[in-house]
This record gives sequence, structure tokens and C-alpha cells, in this order.
Amino acid sequence: METAHKTDVIIIGAGPVGLFAVFELGLLDMKAHLVDILDRPGGQCAELYPEKPIYDIPALPIVTGQELTDRLMEQIKPFGATFHFGEMAQKIEKIDNGWRLTTDAGTVIEAPVTVIAAGGGSFTPKKPPIKGIEEYEGTSVFYAVRKMEQFRGKNLVIAGGGDSALDWTVNLAPVANSLTLLHRRDDFRAAPHTVSQMRQLVNDNKMKLVIANLTDIKGANGQINALTLTNADKTVQDLPCDTLLAFYGLTMKLGPVGELCAQQNIELQNGLIPVDTEKFETSAERLFAIGDINWYPGKLKLILSGFHEAALMAQKAFRYVYPDRKLRFEYTTSSSNLQGKLGVK
Amino acid sequence: MMIRVTGRDGSEQELDAIEGWRVMEIIRDHGMTDPNVAIKAECGGSLACATCHVYVDAAWVDKLVPASEDEIYMMDEAFAVQDNSRLSCQIIMNEELDGLQVTLAPGTEP
Ligand SMILES: Cc1cc2nc3c(=O)[nH]c(=O)nc-3n(C[C@H](O)[C@H](O)[C@H](O)COP(=O)(O)OP(=O)(O)OC[C@H]3O[C@@H](n4cnc5c(N)ncnc54)[C@H](O)[C@@H]3O)c2cc1C
Ligand code: FES
Repeated sequence: METAHKTDVIIIGAGPVGLFAVFELGLLDMKAHLVDILDRPGGQCAELYPEKPIYDIPALPIVTGQELTDRLMEQIKPFGATFHFGEMAQKIEKIDNGWRLTTDAGTVIEAPVTVIAAGGGSFTPKKPPIKGIEEYEGTSVFYAVRKMEQFRGKNLVIAGGGDSALDWTVNLAPVANSLTLLHRRDDFRAAPHTVSQMRQLVNDNKMKLVIANLTDIKGANGQINALTLTNADKTVQDLPCDTLLAFYGLTMKLGPVGELCAQQNIELQNGLIPVDTEKFETSAERLFAIGDINWYPGKLKLILSGFHEAALMAQKAFRYVYPDRKLRFEYTTSSSNLQGKLGVK
Repeated sequence: MMIRVTGRDGSEQELDAIEGWRVMEIIRDHGMTDPNVAIKAECGGSLACATCHVYVDAAWVDKLVPASEDEIYMMDEAFAVQDNSRLSCQIIMNEELDGLQVTLAPGTEP
């Protein structure tokens, strides 16, 4: 086994709430390691609505999802948190006075306290609602490209109209034996430059563009041999192929966090983790849940509420991390102790 | 005021509607207790998910405010899109829409 990182607090999820938790923990001398399946911080704010304005963050009359993320990153800088991006928190085990977390990349982290700030769950590709599609996944149906070589010589259909679909169309056209881009309309929201590259490939007969909806797949034993397409006039046609790469955006799935909770005998409430409203601790000691992932009477899925939850969580976490120390209540405005930690003194 | 919603299982329900609410919100409210009309609506109406996709009954299509460019873009992430497809979070209830008939599209399962 890899040698374990040791820290004070493990945070699952680097969304706005996980990020602000670093701040509240840091003021109380606790260091944190964060794990997120995304390749950057910000959770929903950065992934789903980076350009959209938020109007209900106290004292920030307007801020976009990305700006909020950037500002939180700046605010927590003094506390030197460690980020493990692109990794899924997979397994959590109880150890003496704490937890051991293992990610899908094999990273191991141990800490006396774990905070689940997993929001709506981890981001995963949206799958076409076609019966039996699971049977083909990983063999002839894919939602991401891990290695381009995987598609060499294939008769490939790429479905979608956004940047991922168009980028991979342009990149895989020379690799695949044949390539067809499938989209519901002859207009694309991907970057105009990539769209014109794709159009050029079509003109040069290096690929095909088909305008229709994907409605079914045909094949056997995990291997597709055709897609059933429905045209705008509701007529149906088959498109022969051996590989499908589908890009219909992302959705959030509870994923491993559900299993983590099951292992700890935490009973979920509509897919959310019940906590108390004093410490935001779960029914398992030293395991907290804050932000969109938790549930308590009156819960509102707002960034504001998550920030509040982070502050109260930190108070209790302190007692686990420093059982012998006394907790002192201080204001950042007037405490030279806190200002020293923030690096402003 | 009411709307008629056909669930993904084909059953039809009449739901009380409130002026000014999004059709998605009306469906979501009822869906909490009735799984036949449960709707994912993952982004809560912010035009960021396309999991509130409905088919609007032909008789009603022209009574709706046409889809914005952003809505048309977002529908690229919906499945089995048809000419009468709309994202229900973009349809705001008003008196003229009393009786509106919509069908939940595939991909809206919570
Ligand atoms: C379009 C839109 C508009 C919104 N507008 C507002 C608004 O105006 N005001 C407001 O207050 N709120 C708004 N919200 C809600 C707000 O974004 C959420 O309340 C907030 O993002 C919750 O933060 P979080 O940190 O709890 O979770 P998230 O932002 O969901 O972050 C959770 C992170 O955890 C990661 N994760 C989960 N499970 C794992 C795992 N097992 N391993 C590794 N990583 C994992 C995910 O990848 C994700 O990055 C909006 C949401 C959307 C979608
Ligand atoms: S609820 Fe997400 S687009 Fe309508």
C-alpha cells in the first residue's frame, strides 16, 4: 500500500462549500486535504454555471460562478490546503480515532475527521435513456476518451453538439476508419473554429454529418452494429457502426458517497445525508456532511447555508483534532492571532 | 388553473397550477409524492441541465413564448428532441395556459 498522507481533516468535494470549510478549519489551526473528481475547484459553480451570475452571496451584489470560486481560492490561500484533483473518493474506513480514505487513483489519506462536501454527488456523463445500453458500455459505447488509440480503425459515431463532441470529432477523424457526427440539428454551440474544421472535414469527404436523434441501439453481447435514428419528420433509419461516443453533458450522481454511507450504516434521506444542525455531524462520529449533500429539517440548498454549516462543523472538528486544547471565540477583525494565520499581520 | 401531464409511463394527471410558477416547478411539486410525474430538473430551472424536457401538445405549442437561443442550446443535451420539445423550466404559467398539456420526455427520470 502507498504511504498514507496524514492531515487534520479530509474533505470530499472541492465545491464552494468544501473550499470555505478550508477557511473555517484553517482559522482553528486545522489543515485539510481535498479530493475532487473534477480537475479544478468550484464544484457546480465552476462546472455548471461559470458565467452565470449569483445574486445572493452576502455583500457580493453580483458574482459569477467562476468569480466566486476564484475568490474562495484566494481567501483560503493562507491555509495551504492540499488538493487531489481528478480523483474519486472511493473507500472510507474507520481507523483508531479517525478515518482512512482511499481514492480510485490509489491515494490514501488519514485524518481524525472527514467532511463530506460532495454536493449533488460526483459529476458523471449523462447516458442516453436507452434500455439495455449498460450492456454495451465500456465495450462499444463510451462517454469519454481515455486513449485515442482505442478508436483506431473503428467505425465511429460521435453524438452531441458541444465542445467535447466537436473537439473529439476533429481529433478522431484521422484515427477512426469512418466517423459520423450525429446531432439533432444542423447548428452547433461548440467553438466556431472547431465547427468550421468539422465542416471542412465533411466537405473533404473525411467524415459524415447526420442530423437526427439517437433513439435506440442494435447489437449483441456488448457489441453494437447499428444505431437507430429518428429524423425530425419522425421517420426512422439505421446507421451502421461499431462504436459510439456520446456527449450529452454531465449529471451528478451520488456514486461512492452512497456506498461510504452504507458502510457506516448511515441511512440516506432521499439520497441526502442526515445531520444535526448544531455540528453538522452524521450519525457516525467524526464524519460530517455540509453543503448540498446534507439534509436536516428546513435545509435550503444554497451556498450561503453551506458556508454557515462549514463554520459550525469546524467548531466540533476542533475538539476531535485537538482534544486537549480550549476553543476560544474570536473575530477576524480584532484578533491578532487570527490575523497572523491569515498572513495580514 | 391546472395543467395536464402525461408521465413517462403514459398515465395522465391533472395538476393544480399556480400563476407565475414555472411548469417544471409545478410538476416537481407534485412529483415529490407521485413517482409517475417525478422530474429530475437537476439545475432547478437555471437552463443548465435539460432534465426538465417535455413534449408540448400540438394544440398548445403556439401559445407559448418561443424558446430562447439559450434554451435551444441547452436542448442539445436532451434526448429524443422533437419539434414540440421544450424545457419546462422556461414555461411560465399564466391564465392563457390554463389546461396546458405536456408529456415528460425520456431523460427526465430523477
Ligand atoms: C445553474 C445553477 C445555479 C445556481 N444558482 C445559485 C444561486 O444563485 N445561489 C445559491 O446559493 N446557490 C445556487 N446554486 C446552487 C449552488 O451551486 C450549490 O448550492 C453549491 O454548489 C453547493 O456547493 P457544494 O460545495 O455543497 O457542492 P458542489 O458544488 O456540488 O460540489 C461538490 C463537489 O464534490 C465532488 N464530489 C462528489 N462526490 C465525490 C467523490 N466521491 N469523489 C470526489 N469528488 C466528489 C464533485 O465533483 C463536486 O465538485 C445554483 C446551482 C446551479 C446548478
Ligand atoms: S431544470 Fe435544468 S434546464 Fe430546466
